[in-house]
Amino acid sequence: MANVTMTVNGKSVSKPAEGRTLLVEFLRDGAGLTGTHVGCDTSQCGACVVHVDGKAVKSCTMLAAQADGAQVTTIEGLASGGELHPMQAAFREHHGLQCGFCTPGMIMAAVDMVNRLGAPLDEAAIRAELEGNICRCTGYHNIVKAIAAASETMAGMKTAAE
Amino acid sequence: MTGSAEGIGARVTRREDKRFIIGKGRYTDDMNVAGMCHAAFVRSPHAHAKVASLDADAARAMPGVIAVLTGEELAADGVGNLICGWMIHSKDGTPMKMGAWRALEHETVRHVGQAVAVVVAETRAQARDAADAVVVDYDALDAVVDSLDALKPGAPQIHPEAEGNLIYDWEIGDEAATEAAFASAAHVTRMEIRNNRLVPNPMEPRSALAHYEEADEHYTLWTTSQNPHVARLVLSAFYNIAPEHKLRVIAPDVGGGFGSKIYIYPEEMVCLWASKKTGVPVKWTSDRTEAFLTDAHGRDHHSEAEVALDADNKIIGLRVKTVANLGAYMSLFSSSVPTYLYATLLSGQYDIPAIHCNVKTVYTNTTPVDAYRGAGRPEATYLVERVMETTAREVGMDPAEFRRKNFVRSFPHQTPVIMCYDAGDYDASLDAALKAIDYDGFAARKAEAARRGKLRGIGLSCYIEACGIAPSQAVGSLGAGVGLWESAEVRVNPVGTIEVLTGSHSHGQGHETTFAQLVSERLGVGLDTVSIVHGDTDKVQFGMGTYGSRSGAVGMSAISKALDKVESKARKLAAHLMEASEGDITLEGGTFKVAGTDKELPFFQVALAAYTAHNMPEGMEPGLKEGAFYDPTNFTFPAGTYVCEVEVDPETGKTEVVDFVAADDFGTIINPMIVEGQVHGGLTQGIGQALLENAAYDADGQLLSASYMDYTMPRADDVPSYRLMTTVTECPGNPLGMKGCGEAGAIGSPPAVINAITDAIGTNALEMPATAANVWRALKSAQPAQAAE
Repeated sequence: MANVTMTVNGKSVSKPAEGRTLLVEFLRDGAGLTGTHVGCDTSQCGACVVHVDGKAVKSCTMLAAQADGAQVTTIEGLASGGELHPMQAAFREHHGLQCGFCTPGMIMAAVDMVNRLGAPLDEAAIRAELEGNICRCTGYHNIVKAIAAASETMAGMKTAAE
Repeated sequence: MTGSAEGIGARVTRREDKRFIIGKGRYTDDMNVAGMCHAAFVRSPHAHAKVASLDADAARAMPGVIAVLTGEELAADGVGNLICGWMIHSKDGTPMKMGAWRALEHETVRHVGQAVAVVVAETRAQARDAADAVVVDYDALDAVVDSLDALKPGAPQIHPEAEGNLIYDWEIGDEAATEAAFASAAHVTRMEIRNNRLVPNPMEPRSALAHYEEADEHYTLWTTSQNPHVARLVLSAFYNIAPEHKLRVIAPDVGGGFGSKIYIYPEEMVCLWASKKTGVPVKWTSDRTEAFLTDAHGRDHHSEAEVALDADNKIIGLRVKTVANLGAYMSLFSSSVPTYLYATLLSGQYDIPAIHCNVKTVYTNTTPVDAYRGAGRPEATYLVERVMETTAREVGMDPAEFRRKNFVRSFPHQTPVIMCYDAGDYDASLDAALKAIDYDGFAARKAEAARRGKLRGIGLSCYIEACGIAPSQAVGSLGAGVGLWESAEVRVNPVGTIEVLTGSHSHGQGHETTFAQLVSERLGVGLDTVSIVHGDTDKVQFGMGTYGSRSGAVGMSAISKALDKVESKARKLAAHLMEASEGDITLEGGTFKVAGTDKELPFFQVALAAYTAHNMPEGMEPGLKEGAFYDPTNFTFPAGTYVCEVEVDPETGKTEVVDFVAADDFGTIINPMIVEGQVHGGLTQGIGQALLENAAYDADGQLLSASYMDYTMPRADDVPSYRLMTTVTECPGNPLGMKGCGEAGAIGSPPAVINAITDAIGTNALEMPATAANVWRALKSAQPAQAAE
C-alpha cells in the first residue's frame, strides 16, 4: 500500500492508503478528522465538501491518491486562531443548523460560493448555488439567511484588508 | 418564576452549535474503540424468496475476515425476533397478525435489502468485499408491493400468520350514526385519496458500534437512536441480548431522526450479538442505499372518503375507508400509526357529529413502514383538508368560509373519534394567515400571472394534530406496550451549577438550549451554569425519548416538576439560614430574598449549604437533587392554518411555490428562533411530499428510488422562504402551556400545496407527488373534458 501525503489544515499528513481509498476516508480514518461526513455515497448531498487547493470538492467522490500533494482544508481548519470564520458565526447567529450533520459540508460549500461569486449574494443565487447540498432539518430558510449575511461580512473583511 | 433574559420566550442562539460548526460533533460513526472491526451485511436482492442455500466458505477465507455469521446461528443463540409494541385488535376482537421478523433471515426473505448474513472483518472495505463473496442461492417467489393488490384473492401470501396478508381490520367511531347522517344528507362529496410512500432520510445514516467486554459480561452500544432507554429495554427484554444492567446504550450526537431512529433495527442488534460472538468491537454504518432499503418508510395509504352536508353546508358526517401498507414486517410502533395516530384526528378542526373509519393494514414485499414525522396525522390532515377544499368547490362556497362555518369553537370539545380538544382558536390562525397572504387580493395576482402565461392557484390547510405523546393510562388501554411519560433529574452541584438529566433526546431540536432556558427562567441562573445531559443509559434515569413532539410538552414538564421540588427545598433551607418564615422568601434573579428586609442569599450559597449540611432544618436531608416523572393527562393539540400560492407553467407542468404563509398555535413558546426552525424544516418535508418525494417500487418489489439520484429530496431551490406567525392559546394540560411544534409543518403543508395546484389547473385529479409530469398529465387529461363542456 503506497503512502499518500497531503497538507491538511496546514499540517502534513502521510498515511498508507489503498488505491480505492476515498479522500473522505483518508480524512476521517487516516487523519482522524471526523468533521467531514458521508451522507449519500453518490455525490449528491454535499455533507463531505472540503476544499482541495482552494476549491470545494466532494471528498466522497475523489480518491485520496488524487489529493496527493494537495493543500486540503476541512471544517476543522476553517476557524483561525480560535476565531470562528464569518460563515461559521453566521450559521450559528441565524440558526442555520439543527442536527449539524450536513453543516460542515454546507459551510465549506458556502465559503467556496462566496469566494467564487463575491458579495453580496441574493437569495435566488444562494438557492441555486446550494444545488449540491442537502439539508433535511432546516428547510434551507435560515441557511440562505446565514450565507447572505456571511457574504456581506466576508466582503467587508476583504475590503478592510485591501 | 423569577424571569430571565435568557428564559422562556428568549430568542437565544443555540449552545450546542459550536461543536457542530467547527467539525467537533460526536456522531456514532465518529466513535472508535481499540481493536474495532467492521460489519457488512449480506442482503437479499429479491423481494420475496426462499433461501435455498448459503455458502460463506470463500468469504471466510478472504483477507481480514473475522467471521461470517448467519441467521441459523442467531436463532440457535436464542436471539429474539423483532417485535411490534402496540397491540391492535380487529373489529371482530381478534388480535393483529404479527409475522415472525428475524434479524438475520435464513428461510424466507420478504423485502429487497433484508439481511441474511453478516460479515465481520478488520476494515470496512474487507467486510464489504467478503459480503459480496457470500453466495446465496434463492428460490424466487411472487411478490406484491401495492396494498390493494395484496388484499386481492390469489395474491402472494407473505406470512403464514396473516391470511390474505391482512394484519388487522379495525374501526373507530359510530357506524350507525354515520350511516344515518349520510341517509339524511343534502350533499355528499366522495374522493379517493392516496398518501404517497416516503423515506425519512435523516442526513446521518444509521450506525452502531457494539462493544462486548467479556470480563464484566457487559455490552456498550453507541447508536443512532431517538430513545436509547427504549432501545435498551427492547434489546434486553425482547431480543435477549443482555439484562438491562449489563447493557449500556449511548445515543451521542444524532444527525436527525424524523421517526426513523425510534426503532430497534436488525443491524444494531446483530452488531451486539456479533461483538460477543467474535470477541471484537463491531461497527456498522449504513450507506445511503442501505438506508433507503432498511430504514422504516412512512405513509402509504389508499383511502376512500365521503363527507355529508346538511342543506346549510354544515358537515353532518364523515366516512373513511383506509388501507395502509405496513411493508414486509410490523415495525416497532407501526400498528399505532394508521389507527390511533391517524383516525383519531379525522375530525380536523371541525365540529363533525358522526364519524366512522375502517382501517385495514396489510403486508407487502416492501420495506417496513412506521412513524415518519407526523405519523398518521399527516395522512389524516391530507385527507380531511383535501376533502374540505373539494367539498367547498362542489357546493360553490369559498373554501375559507366553508371551513369557518364548520370550526369547533367551544372547548373542551369531544370528537366522535376519542380525542378531546382542550383549547384552541381556529378563527384566529385562519384570520392571521388570510390577512398575511392577502386573500382578497388573490384574484388580481392570478390575473397578473395569467398575463405571464402562468396558472396561479391558492390552497388552504387548517390542520390539527395531537402530540405531547402521551397519557400512559390512555395509550395502555388502546394497546400500547409502554407508558409514555417522561423523566427528569435536576442536580444542583455544591457550587450552584446545575445538571439536568433528561429522558428526552436531542437530535437537532436544540434541547441543550431550550431546556436550559427553562432552568434559567425558574431559578434565575445564567444559561452558562446549566448543562443538559441526555442520551446515555448509564448517566440518565429511564426515559422514553423524543418523537411525537413530546419533548417540550412532556419532557420539559418533567423538568419543571423536578425544578418545583428543588426550588421548594432550597426555599425551605434559605428560610432556615436567614431565620425567616418560608412564606416571606422570594427568588429573584438567582437570589433568595426575605420580603421587607435587606436579607438575601444567592442561590449558589444555598446549594453549598445543602451540601456542607452544617446547618439544616430539622429532618432535612443533605444535598440538592430532585427527580420527577411527568405523565400527561391528555394529548396536546397544536393547530393552525397554512396558505400556499403556486404558479404552474402549463407548458411543462412545473410548479413553483411562490408564497407560503404559516400561522401556528403551539401554545407557550420557549425559543421562537428554534420553533421557527422546526416549522421551516417541517414545511419543507411536507412540500417535498407534495411535489417531489416518492418511494417507488416496480412490480417485482425493487425499490426504484433508492439513492439521492432517484429519490427527489427537496433542495434549496425547490422551496421558498416562508412567512411564519403564531397565535397563542395556552395548553391547559401541562405546567408550561406548551403544545409542541416539531411535526406541524410536515402535517399541515401537503394539502395546502395540492389544494393550490388543483386550484391553479382547474382539475382535482392529481395525486402526490405533483411532479411536473404528473401535473402536466392532469392538465392534459382535463382539457378534453373542459372542451366538451
